[in-house]
This record gives sequence, C-alpha cells and structure tokens, in this order.
Amino acid sequence: MSTATTEKTARNGVNVEALFGAREALTKAPEAARFKWRATCEWVKGTQSRSTVQEFYGLGAEQKHKTKFTFDSDHPEVFASEDSGATPVEIVLAGLAGCLTAGIAAVAQARDIQLRSVSATLEAGMDIRGILGADPDVRNGFDGVKVVYKIDADASPDDIKALVAQSQKRSAVYDIITNPTNVTVEVTQ
Amino acid sequence: MRTTVVVIGAGQAGLAMSWWLARHAIDHVLLERGEVANSWKTERWDSLTLLTPNWQSRLPGFGYVGNDPDGFRSMPETVGFLQDYARTIAAPVRTQTRVTCVRQRDEGYEVVTDRGTWQARAVVVASGACNIPVVPGIAGSLPADVASLTPFQYRNPSQLDPGGVLVVGASATGVQIADEVRRSGRSVTLAVGEHVRVPRTYRGRDIKWWMDASGVLDQRYDEVDDLVRARNVPSLQLAGYADRRSIDLNSLTRIGVRLIGRLAGINGSTLQFSGSLRNVCTLADLKMQRLLDTIDAWAAQQGLDGEVEAPRRFDATAVEESPPLLIDLARGRVKTIIWATGFRPDYSWLQMPVLDARGSIRHDGGVAEAPGLYVIGLPFLRRRKSSLIDGVGDDARDLSAHLAAYVREKVVQQVTLATV
Repeated sequence: MSTATTEKTARNGVNVEALFGAREALTKAPEAARFKWRATCEWVKGTQSRSTVQEFYGLGAEQKHKTKFTFDSDHPEVFASEDSGATPVEIVLAGLAGCLTAGIAAVAQARDIQLRSVSATLEAGMDIRGILGADPDVRNGFDGVKVVYKIDADASPDDIKALVAQSQKRSAVYDIITNPTNVTVEVTQ
Repeated sequence: MRTTVVVIGAGQAGLAMSWWLARHAIDHVLLERGEVANSWKTERWDSLTLLTPNWQSRLPGFGYVGNDPDGFRSMPETVGFLQDYARTIAAPVRTQTRVTCVRQRDEGYEVVTDRGTWQARAVVVASGACNIPVVPGIAGSLPADVASLTPFQYRNPSQLDPGGVLVVGASATGVQIADEVRRSGRSVTLAVGEHVRVPRTYRGRDIKWWMDASGVLDQRYDEVDDLVRARNVPSLQLAGYADRRSIDLNSLTRIGVRLIGRLAGINGSTLQFSGSLRNVCTLADLKMQRLLDTIDAWAAQQGLDGEVEAPRRFDATAVEESPPLLIDLARGRVKTIIWATGFRPDYSWLQMPVLDARGSIRHDGGVAEAPGLYVIGLPFLRRRKSSLIDGVGDDARDLSAHLAAYVREKVVQQVTLATV
C-alpha cells in the first residue's frame, strides 16, 4: 500500500488506476469477470474472407465497440491467390504484437516508467508442407515465434527487460499461442 | 472436556503459540493427529534437509545449540529439535488425537476429536499449509502404465522404475527431487513454470542470512503492495546440501536434466507443455538480480563491503533454442511422473463459513472473521518469514496478545452479566 499511493509521474496514456480498481472489484464479484469475445466471418471469394467484430459480453452485460472493425484476410500471390488482405497467420502475429505492446504500456504506467518509443518486429517460422498435406510429420502451425522489442524509456536495461517479461506473463494472446486451447467447430443448417 | 484455547497441531506453529499462551497464563491444549512434528516425520522424502541454516530455527525461548550453525538439519534432526522444544516448554500436547470437526457453540467453539470433544473459547488453527499435495486434473488422464507420485509418496529414487522421470514443478520440492533422481542415473525432464531463483550463498554468506539481516524476512503483510501475490509466491529454489552448493535450472541442466515448459494439457497419451519456458526463466533471472541489487545496496549502506566478498552476478538461465512442447507417453520414455505442483491446507474438519471461494481461511494477519478463531503458520501470514520455523514465533507473539485480549474481554463480559 505504501508504494501504490506515491505520486506517479509517467504519462503513457494507460489508466492503471481503473485497471487496479477493476481487479479489486472483480475479486469480489468473479462472475462479472467472465467475458465472451466474438467475431463473425463471411466468405468473399476464393481464399478471401471478411471478419468483423463489434459485440462482446462482459461485466455481466452485452457490450459493444464504438464502431464495427473489419479485417480482410486472403493469401498472397505466391499461393496463387489475389492478396486482398493479410494472411490469417499474419493477423495472429498482429494480435500477439498488439497484446504484448498494450501490456508493456500498462506495466510501464503501473511501475511509473515513462515510455518514449516502443517498436516490435515479429517473425514466425512455418513449414508449409504441413498445410499442404505434403508431410504428415510437419505441423500446420508456427514452429516458433520470435519477437524483438526496441524500447526507449526512462528505465535501466534490466527494468525494460522486466517490463517485457511481465507483459508476457499477463498477456492473453501470448497465453493463447503458448498453451493448448480446446477448439470446437460446429456446422449448423 | 473444557479449556480456554484449543490449538490444532503440534508443529512449530502450535508449539510457539503454546509458549506464548503459557506466558499469558492462558489455559490451553494442543491437539495433534500424530506425534509432535508429525508432518516433518511422516510426509517428507528421505534426503530432505531444512532449507534454512541451523542457526535460523529460533523459536520463543529456544534455539540452536551446537557447533554447526550453518549446517542444515535432516528430517530426524528436525523432528528431534521440535520434540526437544515441546519437552522444554512442557507443551500440553495430546498426541494421536485427530480433530474431526470444529464448530461455533455458545460464544465459543466445540472441537470434536477421535478422542473426545473439547469446549473452548478460542481456537488456533496451526495445522500447517502443506497438508495435501495439489495435483492437476491431468493426472487423472494418464495411461495406466505411467506411475504417478506426489511428494508425500516419494521417498527416494530406488522406489522408481529405472525408466525416465518427468518432474512437474520447479520450486524447492521439484528441483531437489529432479536433482536426486537424475543423480540416480535416470533420465529426468523438469517441467518449469514460474519459479524463484536464488543462490544458496552470496558474497560468502547464506542467502537466508542476507534476507534475515537486511530485514527482507521481517517485511509485514500490511506493508506489501500485492499481498495476494506475496502469499502465493512459489518456494525458493533452494536445497540444504552439506557442500552448500546452489541448485537452479542451470545446475540441473549441467547434470543432464532436460528443461521443458509448464505442463499445460494432455491430448490422448500426449502431454502438452507451454511455450513460455524462456519467459518464466527471464522473469526469475530478473527477480534474482533485483534481490541481489537490494542486498548489495544494503551491504554498502551498512558498511559491510570490506567484510564480505565482492558482489557478483550469475549466468542467465540457459534455455535450449526450441524446447519440446509434447511428450507422447505411449512411446514409453517416461515411466514416472512426480507432481511437485504445490500443497494446500486441509480444512475439511472446519464446519464454519470462514473459508473463501478457494478454500482458504479469510483472515487479517491470522485473525479470522469468527471472533476467537486464529490461524498461524501460513505463507506471509503476518511477515515474509511467517511460514519459516524462524518466523512463527513473532506471529505467535502478536496473535497471542490479540487472543489474550479477546478471552479476557469475554471473561469481563461474563462476570458483568453474572452480576447484573
């Protein structure tokens, strides 16, 4: 309690007081912590499809983004496709980068570290013989993901490393990628 | 049977509480399911030693007498130490007395045992933090030919199949068992989640000396930012080896233990492991650096720099480029899984609405919500050292003072009522 009340000078644009408040409130009302994230998707043509997100559920009620967000996905020309959008696996990388970077900003704010710039480069390896069914021993997904952060902040190199490590510890997408998840896909009429 | 205070458990916590209750001249009894120091005697593997040095087992009115203050007690020595303490303070222990139910009754408590029922004004739960090994649900889905052991069942490597062993969990229990089983010649894989890395000695002194002397162990529960986290920090990666060597993931890798991520799931016969190994190692390395920085700053401030060895830093934890994510048990390379995945208390006999959703007693520094109910001996109950033999005495002093005020107030109330 002693350090939590000392005045913070960092301004990273993250309202950590609200996040800590939510943590405390949700400890007392764990059912409100149960969120449902949703997306819809329409096939456009060929390998192109369009996904949208707007509504989700949380804090015991239906919630809505301010606007509808749309993501086109397709495959590039080297896959004999029209390249009308990012490949779905690139959208996964974008999700990981967005999640980790948001976490870095939040953790920096909580630790009163002023960020000046944060940039990340991501690369994921994949042997496409898996998705082509050319070799049953090759998995479809990534064989590894490498993320490199470059961060300019008012903190020591170890404190910056600790920001990035803590962000991974608290990241949803990092967890989704590093741990197995049950996926159920059904077909309705 | 009637007494003022029933203390449940005659380990270090119950005995320290008994010493303080006697100082307050409060009539009490200690109910012990087995013998004094029962968990130390019956629920530990053969080679285990205390992880704190001999000098650091200070109990109220009692301490180490001997010529090896920096050594580490074996389990029989630990049991002997606590039995000596019980005798020295003449603790009123009822051994072989298992508590089966505690409930509120007439402004006090009824404590039912397999040897009769006690009525008391107050109850101190000193039955320990580690009564039941926590084993993940995955353990129920293992192929029948893979042996599954908790740390309570593990005694020594000779009881294991000669084949490979997977140790799940890399805190104090997991790293010590992995080290011992690997040295028995078996192939060992260690599944590593979040852990706390510390060197056994630093700058020529035991890490526990530094933590004790610098006040880290005295840090109070109402002074930490995040008490929930502080109470759930995994145990330090430590062993009490005679040669005082450190145990960490690098020392295990050097003797051939293979590191793998946290166990995350099972699919058929295939165990799935998290891809987070590198990050949990980085977190532990950075946390250790911060502890050593704190120690160095304190040493400089105390003017110790001339007396102790120079500061040093340790190699980062080495993690292979692409640690495996799957182990197919059907391939037969793993014959035994040892679950070093933590412990929890057993409150199945506590018939009162004092537990939270996770089954822990809700309490403020050991004072439970029900008046006259206390708990002692849990991690960070009142101080960072609360779960150590060395730390329970200060908690017993504080809680016995609270308890004494409570029972005296009750007496005054009853006397007043009687005279009206």
